[in-house]
Formats: sequence, structure tokens, C-alpha cells
Amino acid sequence: MLDLAIVGGGPAGLTAGLYATRGGLKNVVMYEKGMPGGQITQSSEVENYPGVCKVVTGMELMECWPEQCMRFGLKHEMKEVKRVKKEKNFILELGNGETVKAKSVIVATGSTPKRAGFEGEDEFLGRGVSTCATCDGFFYKDKEVAVLGGGDTALEESLYLANICSKVYLIHRRDQFRAAPATVQRVKNNPKIEFILNAKVKKAYGNNMGLEGVIIDQQGKEIDLKVPGLFVFVGMNVNNSVLKQEDSSFLCEVNEWGEVIVDLKMRTNIPGLFAAGDIRVDASKQVVCAAADGATAALSAISFVRES
Amino acid sequence: MGKYVELNASNFDETIKNGVVMVDFWAPWCGPCRMIAPVIDELANEYEGKATIAKVNTDEEQDIAIRFGIRSIPTILFFKDGQLVDQMIGAASKDVFKQKLDALLG
Ligand SMILES: Cc1cc2nc3c(=O)[nH]c(=O)nc-3n(C[C@H](O)[C@H](O)[C@H](O)COP(=O)(O)OP(=O)(O)OC[C@H]3O[C@@H](n4cnc5c(N)ncnc54)[C@H](O)[C@@H]3O)c2cc1C
Repeated sequence: MLDLAIVGGGPAGLTAGLYATRGGLKNVVMYEKGMPGGQITQSSEVENYPGVCKVVTGMELMECWPEQCMRFGLKHEMKEVKRVKKEKNFILELGNGETVKAKSVIVATGSTPKRAGFEGEDEFLGRGVSTCATCDGFFYKDKEVAVLGGGDTALEESLYLANICSKVYLIHRRDQFRAAPATVQRVKNNPKIEFILNAKVKKAYGNNMGLEGVIIDQQGKEIDLKVPGLFVFVGMNVNNSVLKQEDSSFLCEVNEWGEVIVDLKMRTNIPGLFAAGDIRVDASKQVVCAAADGATAALSAISFVRES
Repeated sequence: MGKYVELNASNFDETIKNGVVMVDFWAPWCGPCRMIAPVIDELANEYEGKATIAKVNTDEEQDIAIRFGIRSIPTILFFKDGQLVDQMIGAASKDVFKQKLDALLG
């Protein structure tokens, strides 16, 4: 039986593994579908992770995390967890049909981009509609693209796209931005970025080769924007499916958005079950916060395993 | 140890012609592509002699990417005897790729 199973290998899961093993837990496995690193590896630049003073890409930021975090005995298993259940101990059902027992579990499955909900979004996802500028921006070199959203990610990725594309239309439903003032200023100063404010995307259209354009509704006025690429950054949904039980209830308490309710020690209402990072209630959705949560959750898991 | 086949303009058609072939379109700057890279390595090993596991670096082989209308990576195409039979967009777990391959190997 494992002392601790960690689900997810982003900043929260990796840091939890580091603290748990360095703190003395012996049998600790981190389940991560692929190479550890998490969603930040999609970011074109990170300038707010303290201690890393240069502006780096998300991939560069995460480069040495796995090595450091596995130095004290953390094991990574490249497997997907389907469900976490609780009997006497915790039971993890894996994607390949195996089950694993653990005394304690930290859920650090993070979040995935939210759909904006316009017509044609799913149909053209991956064929013009994208949620990753660093991945797909290259396919729109010297072409015009649109970005939907008004937060930090939307604005930062607009700046990244403006380096590659001939023009970036930034579509935002308000006329004010939630993003950091410094970023808003950089976007305003960029001649390649044009604002379409107080507007939303109504529909995406195209043919069998992919997206050809989007219909925008700007306070009742329709705009037909002929762009082959639309990048959607309208927030994130938490990945909580591993907590769903057979009867579709959740293993522990979650709020109305499905975010896991924890206390300041990252404890859920189920003893031995912890949550860390983007998945938890009131998460700041930042790498530094996810890492900090992972450390806290690991310290709580150590106490739990020692006391039980 | 089985290894994946690196595809380019000169070996692409030849490679997809026979049997079941899984092709991962990727690029070095793409986070989700990097995430599934070790999964692809393991699949190449496990399916040695059964299916061909291949990769196209879209940064270097833009013509192949254009030919298949690739606009998002990772995109994974599945061929059977030269015919495109299935495709997936975005990172996924090994079990998902295995299910697709096993279904095609039938
Ligand atoms: C484009 C973009 C730009 C960003 N820019 C910044 C920035 O500049 N600064 C900043 O601080 N933050 C930024 N963020 C936010 C930051 O990436 C997240 O807050 C952070 O990654 C959250 O870490 P996490 O460990 O909670 O989750 P994640 O990073 O989401 O990691 C979760 C991991 O769990 C794995 N997983 C999920 N479910 C399962 C399962 N069932 N089984 C196995 N593995 C599973 C996933 O594969 C993933 O690797 C950005 C995010 C994006 C998308």
C-alpha cells in the first residue's frame, strides 16, 4: 500500500511529491498522464514566478522541476487515474484497469480551458479554434487571427501572437480588462492588436478544411470577421472527474463550480484526502500558489500518515 | 527496444502504405506535445511488429502538415493501409491511444 498517492503532475503535484518524500514518506507515487509539468508548459511567457528573474516560457520554467522533485524518492507513474474511492483506505482506479491502495491522497489534477459556448466552437476546435497560442500560433504565421477573452492569459497570449501573426483582433465582452495594468498597457501600445470591445462571438463558421471566420455581436451590431484562427482564453474549469463516484456524487465536498473545498491545510472533509492547486476552492490559479498548496498538502499528508 | 519512425517528405507515403500507422504531429515548442512524447516512446516499444508509431515534426515538415490540414498540435492521425481512418486532437493518456490502435488492429 502507498503512503501517499498524488494525482496530477503539474506544479502542485510535483511540489507535493518533493515535500512528502523529503519529509520522510517512503512510498509516494505521482500519477501523471504524460510528462510532468502541467498546463503552464503552454504559456508563452512567465514573469511572475519569484526567484526566476528572467522572463521564461512555461516549458523553460518547468524544465528542472521533475528532477528536483523526484530527488528524494518520489516515483512518477505515467498513468491516468480514473477514480479515487474510499473504503478502509483509498483506492485508485487507473485507466488501464489496475487498482492501487493508498493511505492518503492529494488531488492536484488542475484545470482545463473553458469553452466560451458559441455555435461552432466544438466543431472547429483544433481546426481553427484553439486554446494554446504557443502550440498553434505557428500555423497562422503572417495571417490575421482573433483572441477571445480579457484576463491575463488572453492579453499575454495576444502579445505572443502579435509577434507571429499579421494582426490580432482582441474580442472582449467588456470595455475594461481584468489583466495586470502593465500587460494592458503593452497590449494597447502594440500596433498589431486591434480591440473589439463590448462584444461576444456568436458563431464560428468554415468548411471541411477548418475555420474561415467568426460572427461577432457587438451590442446588437453584427461583425463578420474573416479569420482562420480564433484563440479562446475565457477561464478554466477544474478537472474534478477523478472524485466522481459511481453514483455521480463527489467523494468530498465541492462548491457550485465543482472546486474542492479545503481548509488552510488543504484538507478536504474526508480525512486523508487533500487537494492542491487550481482544483481547490478560491485558487488564485497561479504557479506559485499551486506549488505552495502542494507543499502544504504534503505536510498535512505526512501528519495524517504518521498519526494513523 | 522499438523506436518511433521520424517521418519526412521522402518516407511519409511509403511508411503509411501498409498496416496500422499512428502519426503524431508535434513541434518542439508545444507543451502538450512534449507531455505525450514519453507516451509515444512507450507505444513504439509495445507495438513493435504490430503497428508503426511515427512522428512528424511540423516545424521542419510543413508540407505534410498542410497536406493534412493540421492547425493544432498535437494532432494524431491513424492510417490503415494508407487510408486515414481516425484522428485525435490534443494530449491524451496512453490507454486512449492503445484503445484506438487495438481497435484498428482488430
Ligand atoms: C496559457 C496559460 C498561461 C498561464 N500563465 C501563467 C503565468 O504567467 N503565471 C502563473 O503563475 N500562472 C500562469 N498560468 C496558470 C498556471 O499554469 C496554473 O495555475 C498552474 O499550472 C496550476 O497548477 P496545478 O498543478 O494545480 O495544475 P495543472 O498545471 O493543470 O496540472 C495538472 C496535471 O494533472 C494531470 N492530470 C489531470 N487529471 C489527471 C488524471 N486523472 N490522472 C493523471 N493525471 C492527471 C494533467 O495532465 C496535468 O499535468 C497560465 C496558464 C495557462 C493555460
